[in-house]
Amino acid sequence: MRYRILVAAFAAATTCGYAGVASATDLEVTHWWTSGGEAAAVKELAKAFDATGNKWVDGAIAGSGGTARPIMISRITGGDPMGATQFNHGRQAEELVQAGLMRDFTDLAAKEKWTEIVRPKSLLDSCTIDGKIYCVPVNIHSWQWLWLSNKAFETAGVPVPKNWDEFVAAAPKLEEKGIIPLALGGQAWQSSGAFDVMLAALGGKDLFLKVYQDKDAEVAAGPEMAKIFKAADDARKMAKNSNVQDWNQATNLVITDKAGGQIMGDWAQGEFQIAGKVAGKDYTCLPGLGVTEMIATGGDAFYFPVQKDAAKTAAQEVLATTLLDPKTQVAFNLKKGSLPVRGDVDLNAANDCMKKGLDILAKGNVIPWTDQLLSQDSQKQKEDLMSEFFSNPNLSVEDAQKRFAEIIASAD
Amino acid sequence: MSSAGKRPSQLTRNLSAKIASIPMMLTALVIFVGGTAWTVFYSFTNSRLLPRLNFVGFNQYERLWAAPRWNVAVENLAIYGVLMLIFSLLIGFVLAALMDQKIRFEDTFRTIFLYPFALSFIVTGLVWQWLLNPDFGVQAVVRSLGWTSFTFDPLYDQRIVIYGILIAALWQGTGLVMCLMLAGLRGIDEDIWKAARVDGIPTWRTYVQIIIPMMRPVFITTLVIIAASIVKVYDLVVAQTSGGPGISSEVPAKYVYDYMFHAQNLGQGFAASTMMLLSVIIIVIPWAYLEFGGRKHA
Repeated sequence: MRYRILVAAFAAATTCGYAGVASATDLEVTHWWTSGGEAAAVKELAKAFDATGNKWVDGAIAGSGGTARPIMISRITGGDPMGATQFNHGRQAEELVQAGLMRDFTDLAAKEKWTEIVRPKSLLDSCTIDGKIYCVPVNIHSWQWLWLSNKAFETAGVPVPKNWDEFVAAAPKLEEKGIIPLALGGQAWQSSGAFDVMLAALGGKDLFLKVYQDKDAEVAAGPEMAKIFKAADDARKMAKNSNVQDWNQATNLVITDKAGGQIMGDWAQGEFQIAGKVAGKDYTCLPGLGVTEMIATGGDAFYFPVQKDAAKTAAQEVLATTLLDPKTQVAFNLKKGSLPVRGDVDLNAANDCMKKGLDILAKGNVIPWTDQLLSQDSQKQKEDLMSEFFSNPNLSVEDAQKRFAEIIASAD
Repeated sequence: MSSAGKRPSQLTRNLSAKIASIPMMLTALVIFVGGTAWTVFYSFTNSRLLPRLNFVGFNQYERLWAAPRWNVAVENLAIYGVLMLIFSLLIGFVLAALMDQKIRFEDTFRTIFLYPFALSFIVTGLVWQWLLNPDFGVQAVVRSLGWTSFTFDPLYDQRIVIYGILIAALWQGTGLVMCLMLAGLRGIDEDIWKAARVDGIPTWRTYVQIIIPMMRPVFITTLVIIAASIVKVYDLVVAQTSGGPGISSEVPAKYVYDYMFHAQNLGQGFAASTMMLLSVIIIVIPWAYLEFGGRKHA
């Protein structure tokens, strides 16, 4: 109830200031992009926004999204909203939208024809709640990549695998030479993410959507899922010696040829680039684990909390337009290592792996990702299960699958 | 008139002191009691990111006790709590008794033992994460001395990871226990020692049967301080293992935080924190009754 009144008040303030002319306005933007490449990418956004005559006030929050999101949410619910804020598009900000704390951009979207320029369409769908658009997607990040060290396989005397099965088959040879077959960080989101990648790549799009979109507990307990759990069992055996926590430490094991491969999102590419490695020569990337060439369209988006100040409201619109501008999209995504959200931009500077991703995107082999399909609550339960499964060899495949099916049955 | 002036009512006695304590009383009532009541109340709803009044009965509690992670967390807290209590009291008391032997450089030793307490749990956790890391810490040092098959990596073995955390907590906490005990020992009259010596009672028996019973108030204070630090253990785990490997070093406080803020499920977090409160009450009430209730009758 309280929020309704707030919304009414904000709505009134918003309509009054709608005619305001854009002039130099400070707009605070919060995000959790703090690593080297990420910060460079944010600077591109800030530069583009400052060029419109407004001022980007950077509100970077160190730590990962898990640390930053509670801070952002408490600022918005606490009545001190920032001008704009990053979330992963999907369901992270769902309740904030439902409570009327986020600004509706349907009119601007219609005026600038976002539905026509944003590709794939699913990106804008996950910004849409009850037919209204509440966020601006800025990039596409996909999880479905297997990164392999060519040198590690050379040492082991086996050819670099072309798909998951060959990789599993090569594991004993790698171990003989003291190489960890699969690098996997100890944090829960990594094992959970790797599992989802196996589900999508080895099980295919239908199985993935049946489990995560339809939340079909019978399928989750069924024989097709049992195969995925068998693969996950292989993966945990291959990863049992990787004593690292952070994802970039795990990536570093692959870069330094101490590990054969890693299942990680396209952001890992930045690490290879910084280390001066060349795609195809020093490392190999297999989208969809080399089995199903398909990428998910997770990523980042900006949400705009409802503002009282008319000038800020006007500046929010300018920022939204700027974020989707072709030039900004190219500059930002090249630094970030992610794919742009519009298909009509020129990305000649992209490297081999990025081009593979663009190709798959152009073919339309895309799926929505778990951030878009599952609530944060269900995600967390899945993470708890997967981090236990990957670290505890005594948790049997059957028990794990049974518990997974229970989570899916109660998921929302 | 005169009788009223001589014997003021209970309410107006020490009036200025009572007025002065009103802000603190209000704070305690509104923030502690009120906040607690609010949390318990909302634990019966299905609130997600924002508090909502949609009652679901005991659903959150059923889900909580069915969650493997919560059960692991409770079990870990039980192991950690019991051992922490025993060992910090034992080591703290023995250190204090040794210090009390009129040794040289007592100040120096006291500083050394108390020093870790000046570090936060986060720093302690990071230090011990390095020390217990098999590639850099104790294991690496012993192996470099020649025992190449020596294995000591508690933080990477899910069966014993909680003991790795216990070691760090003991290192940090026993100094304080020692200081409290030392203060207690110094409070014992020298004549008691003399009397015991005259009677020919051996030193260890003097400690066990005379000194320790006399130090009861100090023990109670120490117990409360240690127990409070046990229930709220969170930062040490976050710094040392962040709950890993897997979920094998999770603790209840971390479950509360993760489900409230990461999983955006306030109801579940509130249910877990209510269970923590309940366990504290179950321990504290009988003890408070014995300690304070009994004395009035005596």
